Amino acid sequence: MGETETKQLFCDAAATEAFGRDRLREAFKQMIGIRRFEERAAREYASGKISGFCHLYIGQEAVATGSLAALEAKDHVITAYRDHAHALLRGCTPRDTMAELFGKVTGNARGRGGSMHMFAREHGMHGGHGIVGAHIPLATGFGWASRYEKRGDVTLCFFGEGALNQGAFYESLNLASLWHLPVVYIVENNRYAMGTSLERASAVVDLYKKAEGFGMPGVAVDGMDVTKMWQATQEAVDRARTEMRPTFIEARCYRYRGHSMSDPAKYRTKEEVADYKQVDPVLLAERTLHDRGWATEEETEAWDDEARDAAADAADFADGSPQPRLEDVGEYVYRTPLQWHPTEGTTPHHRD
Amino acid sequence: MTTMSFREALNAALDEEMARDAKVFLMGEEVGQYQGAYKVSQGLLDKYGEDRVVDTPITELSFAGVGIGAAMVGLRPVIEMMTFNFSILALDQIINNAAKMRLMSAGQYTVPIVFRGPNGPAHMLSAQHSQATENWYCNVPGLKVVAPSTPNDGKGLLKAAIRDDDPVIFLEAELMYNMKGEVSDAEDYVLPLGKCHVKREGTDVTLVSFSKGIHHALGAAEELAKDGVSAEVVDLRTLRPLDMEGLARSVKKTNRVVTVEEGWPYGGIGAELAYRIQHELFDYLDAPVTRVTSLDVPMPYAENLEELVLPTPRDVILAANTVLYRS
Repeated sequence: MGETETKQLFCDAAATEAFGRDRLREAFKQMIGIRRFEERAAREYASGKISGFCHLYIGQEAVATGSLAALEAKDHVITAYRDHAHALLRGCTPRDTMAELFGKVTGNARGRGGSMHMFAREHGMHGGHGIVGAHIPLATGFGWASRYEKRGDVTLCFFGEGALNQGAFYESLNLASLWHLPVVYIVENNRYAMGTSLERASAVVDLYKKAEGFGMPGVAVDGMDVTKMWQATQEAVDRARTEMRPTFIEARCYRYRGHSMSDPAKYRTKEEVADYKQVDPVLLAERTLHDRGWATEEETEAWDDEARDAAADAADFADGSPQPRLEDVGEYVYRTPLQWHPTEGTTPHHRD
Repeated sequence: MTTMSFREALNAALDEEMARDAKVFLMGEEVGQYQGAYKVSQGLLDKYGEDRVVDTPITELSFAGVGIGAAMVGLRPVIEMMTFNFSILALDQIINNAAKMRLMSAGQYTVPIVFRGPNGPAHMLSAQHSQATENWYCNVPGLKVVAPSTPNDGKGLLKAAIRDDDPVIFLEAELMYNMKGEVSDAEDYVLPLGKCHVKREGTDVTLVSFSKGIHHALGAAEELAKDGVSAEVVDLRTLRPLDMEGLARSVKKTNRVVTVEEGWPYGGIGAELAYRIQHELFDYLDAPVTRVTSLDVPMPYAENLEELVLPTPRDVILAANTVLYRS
């Protein structure tokens, strides 16, 4: 399966040179922060503090971290439900993200969204979406608005390879090409859509080739290498900003955990997972930093400790935060809040 | 007041709102060069250009989503559904995105979008082109649903819908586009959403309807008047949120209600009205609420069968007689 078959020890040399010391140090901090946060979220889920669906990004950190490093403050990010990393990278904090997972009013969506719906509109993080593929037209709409008002901003739209078979994908990419929209579509190809492998779902498995059908450039990238992700995305972002043309990027990556917390992942072999762990994106970045003398072991260990501390702090904060008030249940439905007065002993037929 | 057609009134509303606010744009199939499948957008392309009057491919799901995305980041789209039959392809975008975005994000997003176009049966278009969708959209919190019945109301309500910060489903009717009526000359004529309107005052029975159904109700009221029955016709104008206060004023006066719609009966608008009326105004009723709807079958093509399926003023009179206990 492409790049990850070779057991590289370091990030790509040329891309690393271009990315540079400061950005790679920052990227590592971000990735280890995401990793420790997700691990803590898994434990909180297991102990019942988080319920419903919880889709972890463990193993895929380089995809979001690398690509978001190519953005400016005014740009837009949107993704599906494996969104905690994108949230943490783009306007949300460990505290408000964990609080959202716990369904507390201090969450970035005030407990209304949960794991799949993290938002930070002012920072250009537009969710967090639950219906596979259905946010892709929204991203196309961000591109439309950008062109309409000549805003000069770019949108990154992430989705899994499972979304590539939805009509929404085909319709959206056609429009982006036809209308010259500044959107970069990035498929996080982790090879499994829940329990269904790519080979069982898609007639064409070299996904980047689909771009040709839309008249748009398409490229496959090693999604375990944060420098390669950055490089490919930067090129696409520049194309979007200066030429108003979209790009399709296939980020080949892997998730080390199941599809969600409810998934025992019996559809993969232990050997396959172990194989991919050799190219753990966080390890690749760490080794590269050490090898080039861009960070010492003391530094990276300290950053790891900080990441663990931040995750623990976030969990404590979330645990101690209140849930939303009952009387606010009618807020956020319409522009004008609906007034509700729930009382003790309310029977169902009194509720309307 | 100026006489104009429903189509012209809607055109004027679009024109005025696009002139007033640069963030308003129109997008849909054939809205530009073709001047609109039903000519509602006639002349707008010449006036505003192809960036603001946008012809799309046949791709309802994605152009609905493009509109919603654009609305999320500050624009005010008017998305035309050539007919609301085709909106079914975009239902996921409208319900799961437009209606729910504000709630999921705890108010970070406003979605000031209007989905507009002809809804419901027309003439001999057969089953797939005769869908009444109003009750489906009314079921969804987060949406507003508007269905004008006259040119005047069409103008005032479309302007209001475009200015409203919530997603609005604006339901027109193909067979109404040619209908002429008096339209206010007021410089900026905007009607309030969420308020019903008495189209004909009466004392003996309330006929409540919306869109094309109003004309069945008015036709029935004319006939009933010849028989000495005074029917009050209440035009909902907005289906969600429902103006129960306004409707209640009529029910308390007449004590008898007939609802009229062109959709199917199960879970239709009449079903919701009947529930609310009997629940909130039980003591004012002298008869059960009766509804007039299409027959509960997919629409057949044959003219005589379609005529049988669709409600007529005659059906409204029969229903009125039922609640009046007249034969």
